[in-house]
Amino acid sequence: MSTQFTPGSEPDRSQSAPPRYVAEDEWYGTEAEYEYEDYGVTPMFEPRQLTQALGWFSIALGFTELVAPRALGRAIGVGEQPTLIRLCGVREIVSGIGMLSERYPSKWAMARVAGDAIDLALLGAATRQPDADRTRIALAASAVAGVAALDVFASRQLESVESAHAPVAIVAKAITINSSPETLYRFWRNLENFPRFMRHLEEVRMTGERTSHWVAKAPAGTRLEWDAEIVEDEASSRIAWRTLPGSSVEHEGVVSFEPAPAGRGTIVRVSMSYVPPAGKVGVQVAKLFGEEPGVQIDDDLRRMKQLIETGEIATTEGQPSGRRSVLGRTTLGRWLS
Amino acid sequence: MKAVCWQGIGKVGVEHVPDPHIINPRDAVVRVTSTAICGSDLHLYNGYIPTVYRGDILGHEFMGEVVEVGSGVSNLSVGDRVVVPFPIACGNCFFCGTEQFSLCENSNPNAHIAEKMWGHSPAGIFGYSHMLGGYAGGQAEYVRVPFADVGPIKVPDTLTDEQVLFLSDVLPTGYMAAENCDIDEGDTVAVWGCGPVGLFAIASARLLGAGRIIAIDRFPERLRKAREAGAETLNYESTDVLSALKEMTGGRGPDACIDAVGMEAHMHGPIGAYDRVKQAMRLETDRPSALREAIMACRKGGTLSVPGVYGGLIDKIPFGAIVNKALKVKSGQTHVQHYMRPLLERIERGDIDPSFIVSHRLRLDDAPLAYEAFRDKEDDCIKVVMTP
Ligand SMILES: NC(=O)c1ccc[n+]([C@@H]2O[C@H](COP(=O)([O-])OP(=O)(O)OC[C@H]3O[C@@H](n4cnc5c(N)ncnc54)[C@H](O)[C@@H]3O)[C@@H](O)[C@H]2O)c1
Ligand SMILES: [Zn+2]
Ligand SMILES: [Zn+2]
Repeated sequence: MSTQFTPGSEPDRSQSAPPRYVAEDEWYGTEAEYEYEDYGVTPMFEPRQLTQALGWFSIALGFTELVAPRALGRAIGVGEQPTLIRLCGVREIVSGIGMLSERYPSKWAMARVAGDAIDLALLGAATRQPDADRTRIALAASAVAGVAALDVFASRQLESVESAHAPVAIVAKAITINSSPETLYRFWRNLENFPRFMRHLEEVRMTGERTSHWVAKAPAGTRLEWDAEIVEDEASSRIAWRTLPGSSVEHEGVVSFEPAPAGRGTIVRVSMSYVPPAGKVGVQVAKLFGEEPGVQIDDDLRRMKQLIETGEIATTEGQPSGRRSVLGRTTLGRWLS
Repeated sequence: MKAVCWQGIGKVGVEHVPDPHIINPRDAVVRVTSTAICGSDLHLYNGYIPTVYRGDILGHEFMGEVVEVGSGVSNLSVGDRVVVPFPIACGNCFFCGTEQFSLCENSNPNAHIAEKMWGHSPAGIFGYSHMLGGYAGGQAEYVRVPFADVGPIKVPDTLTDEQVLFLSDVLPTGYMAAENCDIDEGDTVAVWGCGPVGLFAIASARLLGAGRIIAIDRFPERLRKAREAGAETLNYESTDVLSALKEMTGGRGPDACIDAVGMEAHMHGPIGAYDRVKQAMRLETDRPSALREAIMACRKGGTLSVPGVYGGLIDKIPFGAIVNKALKVKSGQTHVQHYMRPLLERIERGDIDPSFIVSHRLRLDDAPLAYEAFRDKEDDCIKVVMTP
């Protein structure tokens, strides 16, 4: 089972209140997730409403294009183009449903912008048809341009809200390791080992018996730094740490070691949370783990296991390969290359 | 160096690529002297295994001479002649500790992709898709071998490359398939597929005491080899396999059935067409007609052993037959490291000479031709060995 921490709906940043647990499928799922004001992003109006409106508009237009392509073609002055208009209809419906239901509506809003561009190009091409009605086409084009402006606006707004709300972290994970609780405790107790397997960290330096200074790699080559202290320390069984009051980042973690059944090594359980502060730093913290924090933590723990069990980390970085292609890593590329 | 690279579905090419080097302390670099194409490579070639990308170096059956060892490898030295097992295994984890090397927990850097497909990740494999590690493979002049202190086995100069090369995969695979049948003295074992895996399964079943072995395929040359290895044969193009097996076993069915065909089984008729269409549309990943037949043929309380590779989802599997006939099912990528030493001893003693499967000897440069011939089983192609 995995649970994730997220800041409470009214985060009190003066003291480190324990983070609220939210089930994984609640991410992006509820209206509450879009209480953007808390995070220093102040859009002009609720972006969700605009998305919903554009989504329904998309579906309605797509439906019309599908069932009445000829009538629509005459109305906008492009003449007999039923197949093309039906195809546009399918595209409208897909992006409409995407905007209404997806976890990342901004991506679908971007898809709508691309669709608007296609529509405008098609309308432009249609003026060269013999049965074209230029006036009607011009009217239709200005309507599409208006909607496109709204689409661009919506995608911008959604993007800033989504990044401020990107999952802050973090998952509770467990892994079984062929080693003793004592060995594992000693490895973790020296926090300086963390960057050896946690990809988002650049350096952890012990500055005292219990205190440490952390440097994390934030996006675009920037760094985040903070100080932490060990708050629980039970030999061979449990270590907990958290940032010192006043740090720019609010982070805490706990690791425990328990013998696995039948002498099959040690179960290591880890949970960590990063609560993002308001503003720009918050967005950076939110991006520390990229789009899938669960996968990153899993990979970190696997690397830790490899290090302890085998003394090295399995990798293919630096091995040779033949000529790659840009498309070569996509499903379509597999077919085309 | 030269290496065989995947260039798209149905397309491989020999490209010039940088030489490999030591990356981790437990690595070695091997100069390849012989390398083979496996039935499993055909699944990549035909595009049925996801996460294979343009530029990936193929090949997981290879042997050669150690040219470089990392600081963590003390049991090998430069100049040693070794055969390398296809699964990459650390030797330290729970699964390696129980000799289930193809389940190693520490050798797949892309374990999260495999976990999404199967719940857990098996070991990394040379040249066998990114979800199984993304390791550069052995159809090349040189290969980097991770955990070289665990996998490679030294072989004596008295044996030729062709006698020992198949320790890397197909010989242990056929052997494990037969061992998984828990053969009692006198048992009847049926084997679908007379490719290298099927042929070694036949030979191994005989070594393990099977009384009677019935092999099924459609290519006359492969069926002939199966008879040489000690099997009676059925050509599924001219015989109804299910009724023939029933008749041959007095109505009871074979005690154990081995599917050495895998995900690209060939089949005539509406069911064959159904699978082809669904697989082409990516609605099922595998075409399981041999597996279906093996389940139906197997005697009550018998064993189904599946060395044939399946990647994902299959359709219309008579699972009811497995339950109601109380069948045991065993499968897996082969734990090659577990079988190499005892099988090498058997080769040295002359119990088995694996070189009998080799039909084509080509240069590495001829890889595109070799893949085509092996895929189409042209010119009685059974096993291609390439030398760089
Ligand atoms: N488990 C492992 O570790 C492991 C290792 C190596 C190979 N394999 C797998 O074993 C399988 C066989 O490998 P191979 O190298 O012998 O390949 P191959 O292509 O040479 O042989 C497959 C044989 O199956 C026959 N066949 C096809 N459809 C059939 C049917 N319906 N009934 C009976 N026979 C049929 C073909 O005619 C062919 O002779 C492949 O799926 C391969 O991926 C598994
Ligand atoms: Zn193979
Ligand atoms: Zn292992």
